Amino acid sequence: MSAPLYFQTIAGLSAQLAAGRISSVELTQSVIARTKVVEPRVHAFNSFDEPDALTQAAASDVRRAAGESRGPLDGIPVGLKDVIAVSGQPLTASSKMLANFVSPYDATATENLQRAGAVLHGRLNCDEFAMGSSTENSAFGPAHNPWDLTRTPGGSSGGSAAALASGAAIATLGSDTGGSIRQPAALCGLVGLKPTYGLISRYGLIAYASSLDQIGPFARTVEDAAIMLGAIAGHDPRDSTSFKTEIPDYRAELKNRRGPWKLGIPKEYFGAGLDPEVGAAVEKAIAFYKSLGCEIREVSLPHTQYCLDAYYVIATAEASSNLARYDGIRYGHRSKEAKNILDVYQHSRAEGFGDEVKRRIILGTYVLSSGFYDAYYLRAQKVRTLIRQDFLSAYREVDALVTPTSPIPAFKLGEKSADPLAMYLCDIYTIGVNLAGLPALSLPCGFTASGLPIGLQLIGQPFREADLLATAHAYEQAHDWSKRRPAL
Amino acid sequence: MNYEAVIGLEVHIQIKTHSKVFTRVGAGYGHEPNTLTDPVVLALPGTLPVMNKAALDAIIKAGLLLGCEIAAVCKWDRKQYFYPDSPKNYQISQYDQPICIGGFVEIELPGSARNVMGEHKNIPLTRIHLEEDVGKLNHHVIDSLVDYNRAGTPLMEIVSDPAMHTAEEAFAYLTSIRNTMIYGGISDCDMEKGQLRCDANISIRPVGETKLGTKVELKNLNSISFVRDGIAHEIKRQLAVVAAGGKLIQETRDYDGQTGTSQSLRSKEMAHDYRYFPDPDLMPVHVDVAWKNSLRDTCPELPFDKQRRFLSEYAVPYTITSVLIPERKLGDFFEAAAKLAGPGRAQAVGNWIANDFLRELGAGKIALAAAKITPAHLAALVQLVDAGTLLNAAAKEVFAEMFATGEAPAAIVARLGLTASATDAGELETWCRDAIAANPKALTEFKAGKDSAINAFKGPIMKAAKGKANPKLVDEALRRLLASL
Repeated sequence: MSAPLYFQTIAGLSAQLAAGRISSVELTQSVIARTKVVEPRVHAFNSFDEPDALTQAAASDVRRAAGESRGPLDGIPVGLKDVIAVSGQPLTASSKMLANFVSPYDATATENLQRAGAVLHGRLNCDEFAMGSSTENSAFGPAHNPWDLTRTPGGSSGGSAAALASGAAIATLGSDTGGSIRQPAALCGLVGLKPTYGLISRYGLIAYASSLDQIGPFARTVEDAAIMLGAIAGHDPRDSTSFKTEIPDYRAELKNRRGPWKLGIPKEYFGAGLDPEVGAAVEKAIAFYKSLGCEIREVSLPHTQYCLDAYYVIATAEASSNLARYDGIRYGHRSKEAKNILDVYQHSRAEGFGDEVKRRIILGTYVLSSGFYDAYYLRAQKVRTLIRQDFLSAYREVDALVTPTSPIPAFKLGEKSADPLAMYLCDIYTIGVNLAGLPALSLPCGFTASGLPIGLQLIGQPFREADLLATAHAYEQAHDWSKRRPAL
Repeated sequence: MNYEAVIGLEVHIQIKTHSKVFTRVGAGYGHEPNTLTDPVVLALPGTLPVMNKAALDAIIKAGLLLGCEIAAVCKWDRKQYFYPDSPKNYQISQYDQPICIGGFVEIELPGSARNVMGEHKNIPLTRIHLEEDVGKLNHHVIDSLVDYNRAGTPLMEIVSDPAMHTAEEAFAYLTSIRNTMIYGGISDCDMEKGQLRCDANISIRPVGETKLGTKVELKNLNSISFVRDGIAHEIKRQLAVVAAGGKLIQETRDYDGQTGTSQSLRSKEMAHDYRYFPDPDLMPVHVDVAWKNSLRDTCPELPFDKQRRFLSEYAVPYTITSVLIPERKLGDFFEAAAKLAGPGRAQAVGNWIANDFLRELGAGKIALAAAKITPAHLAALVQLVDAGTLLNAAAKEVFAEMFATGEAPAAIVARLGLTASATDAGELETWCRDAIAANPKALTEFKAGKDSAINAFKGPIMKAAKGKANPKLVDEALRRLLASL
């Protein structure tokens, strides 16, 4: 018996849509009905516009009937993290600051998905302004892990992961600044891809740390991730940091690029703090690649120990500046207490931002202050260069790197929320990739004894997502982790 | 003890581009509030800046005009402070790597008289950088309103070395920058529209001292004469403080041009920490030699260079050149007309422009570009007068017609019958004889060698001719007759 529509893949559903066996309206209704069932327990959504989703689905069916289908994504319900702008829809960043903000414009990624015919539905929960690793920093309450509702789906794109894992979407978009796509993908048993910095336009993505942020897809399979990536990748004249590069047919390339690959195992990623069950699953995955004929080589990324420090200087510095615009003057939360201009700033921001956001703004303001810039920001940028060089020199020997995505499986909600440093350590294996601007993905590589998903991280070379996806695809074809669904 | 003032100016000039510096929405002045905005200007969540190449072209051109070194890389920084006129609460600017480095502004100080060229000097520049303008606050009784039309307009900041010593130098500096920027088509520099704004850093020190004294920044100098008056006032104020045994403090002062007074805005202790850092949203732009050369090709002759050339090539008086030079198109008009008029007639062309043409333009509040008169017509008019075909008084009338209708002078002369009559030779001789006979005293004087006595005969002749006699022919006829007597 086949799975319900809401649990199927883009590849499978698009074939059924193309064959006329199902309609987009039917599929979208299935996803909406499922959302209504699971959402009270998962809280993956900040808002959901049912009539709008059904209107888009109906339009897709009309296109298809007229022979004008736009490809594999046409008619597929795709959820967006609530930091990606959709014209006429709320854009809150899970913050009280933007609780009532409705975007008057579309992000480029949004336009690209619309052009591909996707049915955009729902604003997905996340940590406030994408700052966090558990979704517990959302002003609207945390999302829950569909595999164990007492646990976090990860973060910051926790809602994107939880919605997809629970069947409330067929694919979703998140954003990844230090691991915010890969870690939730790992914790929810999904494929999550963080593309090379510059491959996806950031126009319309609420900025957390501009030099690190990148939009990317969550999907049930590597093939679905390839389809999603193909739809959103490409140069955008509205983003000066977007790169002009040839976009291959990622889906077709899955079959064309067959390896065997030379894979590097960075020794710094297997030390203290790595959960034994996670470690064992990753070792098994490495052994599988070896069995495929891949050459496995230990490599060193000597500056790994500085990643977290460099990240929290650079990311907070940029965040302190990027979030200055939320001042209660033109839009967003404005304090009713304010009696003069200073009040407007102070009260609006004190009331509008949560603790973690305030912590990072203060940290970032400090490291950019006169007299501290050289010691913190400038030094962190130098360290960042060294970290990137670590990766690039490893790539002289190997094609890709294999590591755990998260040192631990999904943890209990509340377990780390009082200890920011413990929370920051969740990103220990993912942060270096952002600092180096590289592509990386997480894919399921097993489950713990208690039934929690484990993620394998593959780190690739700049703008070589096609190779990265093919490497992941080879593993996925031989394993059935991606076929499991949580009992919910 | 004798003191000298040391002055450095920070001049902000809006660059004239169609769109704003980091987004495509239009830039301009005088529109309904908040109509020149888009998601980027308003700093909506998720928006990003994209550099306007035309703005970078303009500032590089400005740098080339002022002899600056052009940096190989144009890099952007964020200058951070909270104020409602700044939508992002940071301004995209250039901190440690300005696009233009060094350079100088040639200035001319007032001469000993209006018709004497003053001393020329070069004022060295520190840097020129590009940034975005902010919005405008309008304060009302209980609240303030902000208009973001101006926000994001490309703005360049020209920073001089502390190398000026008098308010006159500062005035001349600002005038020269303005003329140069207008020549280059970089800005209209209309201070009333905020297209040119100026802050002055002023200090005093004992003559002979090389270290700078305590600096006061003077703000809101919003006309060129306020710059001169404000600086003069500030120098006087500082000298008075020191003379009274007081100590100057580093502060920012606001000058009120209406009352001629200033008051302290903030002291050094309250200075901002702008927390500059490189803007991660904008990639550095490489400026190669080919790019620079293509802009160099568009650079016009500088105003003072043109003035020197007019003086030597056309031998026009200094006073005329100082009228022709400030407005580039007026200088161009002169040069075109002078060339068409031919050798020896440039001064006449200059006179017509400096006197009649400018007066008519001013009276009708007409822009030069809208004037109906052409250089060819003016040249033709000068030639008619020079040939004696047209008398001066009649020429004035013809000019007024040319200005009003745009007709060629010959056509007007024919239409109005203003040709200096090629009078019947016999009639002219009769008038001359009558005039000489009527004035024996002048005849005696002329015979005794006083040449100017001849003029005494001309009045009655002109009267008899009802003003239509050709003065040249009258003069010739008189001399012929006088010689025969």
